[in-house]
Amino acid sequence: MRRLLLGVLALALAACGNGDQTADSATGGRLEITGSSTLAPLIAEIGARFEAAHPDARIAVQTGGSSRGISDAAEGLADIGMSSRELTETEQRRLRQHRIGVDGIAVILHRDNPVDRLSREQLVALFTGGVDNWQEVGGADRAVTVVDKADGRATLTEFLRFFDLPREAIAAHLIIGDNQHGIRSVAGNPGAIGYVSVGAGTVEAERGTAIRLVAIDEQWPTLETVRNGDYALTRDLILVSGAEPSALTLAFIDFVRDAAVHDLYADFGYVPAAE
Amino acid sequence: MSPQRSEQLLLIPLRLAAMSAAVICFLIVALLVLESLPALNNIGWRLLSDANWRPTPAAADGAFRVTPMVVATLVITAGAVLLAAPLGLASALFCRFYASPSVAVVYRRLVELLAGIPGVIYGFWGLVVLVPLLGAWRPPGASLLAASLVLALMILPTVALISESAMRAVPQRYVRAAAALGLSRWGTIRSVILPSARRGILTAVILATGRAIGETLAVVMVVGNIVRFPSGLMEPVRALTGNIALEMGYASGDHRSALFFSGLVLTGLVMVLVLFANRLGHRGAISDA
Repeated sequence: MRRLLLGVLALALAACGNGDQTADSATGGRLEITGSSTLAPLIAEIGARFEAAHPDARIAVQTGGSSRGISDAAEGLADIGMSSRELTETEQRRLRQHRIGVDGIAVILHRDNPVDRLSREQLVALFTGGVDNWQEVGGADRAVTVVDKADGRATLTEFLRFFDLPREAIAAHLIIGDNQHGIRSVAGNPGAIGYVSVGAGTVEAERGTAIRLVAIDEQWPTLETVRNGDYALTRDLILVSGAEPSALTLAFIDFVRDAAVHDLYADFGYVPAAE
Repeated sequence: MSPQRSEQLLLIPLRLAAMSAAVICFLIVALLVLESLPALNNIGWRLLSDANWRPTPAAADGAFRVTPMVVATLVITAGAVLLAAPLGLASALFCRFYASPSVAVVYRRLVELLAGIPGVIYGFWGLVVLVPLLGAWRPPGASLLAASLVLALMILPTVALISESAMRAVPQRYVRAAAALGLSRWGTIRSVILPSARRGILTAVILATGRAIGETLAVVMVVGNIVRFPSGLMEPVRALTGNIALEMGYASGDHRSALFFSGLVLTGLVMVLVLFANRLGHRGAISDA
């Protein structure tokens, strides 16, 4: 809804601005952006603001996952790819990276679970099935339900990379698609453990959803700790472009990193990259 | 304009409309086959024989067994139909023969309302109400049973509404003849209404089965989505539709093609179902004669 309103606002502004604004050739044209579903809503909102400021520009944002964004940008199918995971070495060679922000990944439990902090070793044991009852890590006598993300999700890739686990190692009881599905699944099961974006998790917990964000090795997942680097389980939010980006592409990437749109990052619980 | 002439004119758009429906159907199947070809070439029999489902863009180091999901889809659907068919039939009988006229009108409106609720709402209800209830009994709660229950609730109105209209289509003179013979209400239902409306009821069940087999969102939310053969009612499994929904947006290469193959298998299942239904309906018609 907010996005729609912004879109309408952008159109209205564009209509008003047409008379006295000279067409700027550097910022006219259409930008195709594809990739990470984590980034897409943020980039779409920033795109709407960009269109409002540059009436000749059209920003088209599509989701399809980080890998799709990276391959589209590499093959020239898109001007910009959005990625919420680290690029592989082969990918890095073909593309220019623009780090725009940081997102934390928080481990979440049901609110009624008395456990509020876990060590790295305990987390590995929980997710790989080594510990299958909460009693073993200081909780109640209750079976552990491991909630995992579906294949191809960048959150999953980054989570595995942090704990240095192969995909097969996770002993999942449930596999979920998006953050909301994960949060509802954990909120409905007192024995569940899962992981979501710190931003989404914090917002839901504050809203009263029955989840708890736990500390990993005494590091608490909050926007503040993600910002100042005190929370280690984070991932970079990256825009990628071909080796020779157009003027419009560069103008848009500068706009995305500009302090003027940092309020939009906060809406989604992401931390903008420092200048 | 003569009646024949106007009829001829009407025939042209009708033929075009019918033909385009057939062509679209054919094109969809052709697309599924075409997109599945890379998977069939590069993965081939491994779609049936691999150890599990661990898709990666390259066929060489992935595993692509779809059979657990085919079986899971069939079991979930069978469970839903076994629950919804008797309940839907009972609901139709109640509405048609046992409820007072005013109650019947309100009741029918309610069932119609239930039929109009989108699958995603049933899924959300399942996720926040049913799954935690089942989970309190036997975690994780998201399971084959949860999926069958949610689907049963979803297709129940289809069974109820269509079989009721089949019962309404039974000629009144049959009912009067039964009354003249002194048959009780249940006797009339059992030996007159149900046999005459059998084909309509069967159609209702087939349509409901089709809806259940193809439902995606409601199933994804409550079934747990773990790829494995169903081994118990309370075990999480993954349906073919859910597999496509969960991974299509993030798939490329052979993985994407394997997902199209999932879709092809699903379409195949529905086709078999329709053929089966046609044969059953046919046999019924002959014995009626």
